[in-house]
Amino acid sequence: MQLATQVKELVRKEMVLEWRSKYALNGILLYVVSTVFVCFLSFVSIPDKITWNALFWIIMLFGSINGVSKGFLQETRGQQLYGYFLASPAAILLSKMIYNVALMMFLTLVALGFYTLVFHYVPADMPMFLAAVLLGSLSFSTIFTMVSAIAAKAGNGGMLMAILSFPVIVPVLIMLIKLSKNAIDGLDRSVSMDEAGILLVINVLAVSVSLLLFPYLYRD
Amino acid sequence: MYRSWWKILAASLVIYATVAGFLMPVPRMAILNETIRNLYFHVPMWFAMIVLFSISVWYSVRFLASGKESDDLRAVESANTGIIFGLLGLVTGALWAGYTWGEFWSFDPKQNFAAIAVLLYFAYFVLRNAVDEEQKRGKISAIYNIFAFPMMVVLLFVLPRLQDSLHPGNGGNPGFNSYDLDSRMRLVFYPACLGWILVGYWVYSICFRLRSLENKDIH
Repeated sequence: MQLATQVKELVRKEMVLEWRSKYALNGILLYVVSTVFVCFLSFVSIPDKITWNALFWIIMLFGSINGVSKGFLQETRGQQLYGYFLASPAAILLSKMIYNVALMMFLTLVALGFYTLVFHYVPADMPMFLAAVLLGSLSFSTIFTMVSAIAAKAGNGGMLMAILSFPVIVPVLIMLIKLSKNAIDGLDRSVSMDEAGILLVINVLAVSVSLLLFPYLYRD
Repeated sequence: MYRSWWKILAASLVIYATVAGFLMPVPRMAILNETIRNLYFHVPMWFAMIVLFSISVWYSVRFLASGKESDDLRAVESANTGIIFGLLGLVTGALWAGYTWGEFWSFDPKQNFAAIAVLLYFAYFVLRNAVDEEQKRGKISAIYNIFAFPMMVVLLFVLPRLQDSLHPGNGGNPGFNSYDLDSRMRLVFYPACLGWILVGYWVYSICFRLRSLENKDIH
């Protein structure tokens, strides 16, 4: 019970902080919009669906690395110590994850809207594609939250973040691309259940391993 | 002498598997022909790698619990040795693919995922080099090691089964079990696996002892 109230308060704190500065929100929105625009300028129109799909996931991958990594990397040492003094490590990690999931889902939906608008293309099975996109932002957020905590502790953030997260995220990315490709082709939904199931399993795995490991990480 | 029986066993098993692997009769298969013997050399590398990485994770867990430096060293050295076996597995696989698939690296899912799994451990070493202070380095890298291990398992054992691959045992291709109708190959294959796993453990224990001696000199 105490954990739940702590998580709730911490998530609220993250949201209030974000709303005051709107740094991540605006930064990543601008990043995604400008990348989509650059892609539009260089491609003009995307002839095939596979490129459309791949491009979208590449944009989302880098967007979420930038967005999620800020959670732990931006906090000063003092802020971290104060946080650990007030709440349990599990609550801190969970609150960051929940906040990141909410942020990434919102940003991904906005990005998807802009992306379909610019490239005048709508996948055959849009609800399924939306589900894939939401599942994607969920997995990116849970995994990158833990990796960014590790990178933040190690000291030199941005560079390490990329090196540590790419090999870990590749299996997720492959599943996501397959899932969204099925949605684009408008295949029957029962075909995609395997991929969606594995993605959920990976998420559960990532969250539970992170919860087990984070208490060791935050202790200095 | 009585404590080195397993080293003698390892050496004799590997020697036996190498000699018998080249000389014993194997089933005659189209395309595969004599390259089927690669089974005795390629697959044991992966088994040895998995065993060494598991040892690495085990000592990472122990390091988080105890904070003893020797546990950290064990974790690193077993990961180090495991990577060597992983690279050997990639090379033996690529050589075999060169003769049977026509190309050394054809971006087959199995090849890609194995390469990414090796990349995961390279990231682990980069992470270690990024932190200077010993206790902190041990702790952070142990955490990454434990976090990355389930992902490696997914990469090597779950994903290749979902995609079409040319690799034996995947995508409807017959695996080792179906070639081996008369169990002749098992006589060489199982000793080869055990031998290479033991050799891997041996290499790792030597690396660990060297490393801890070096550390004693520094302190």
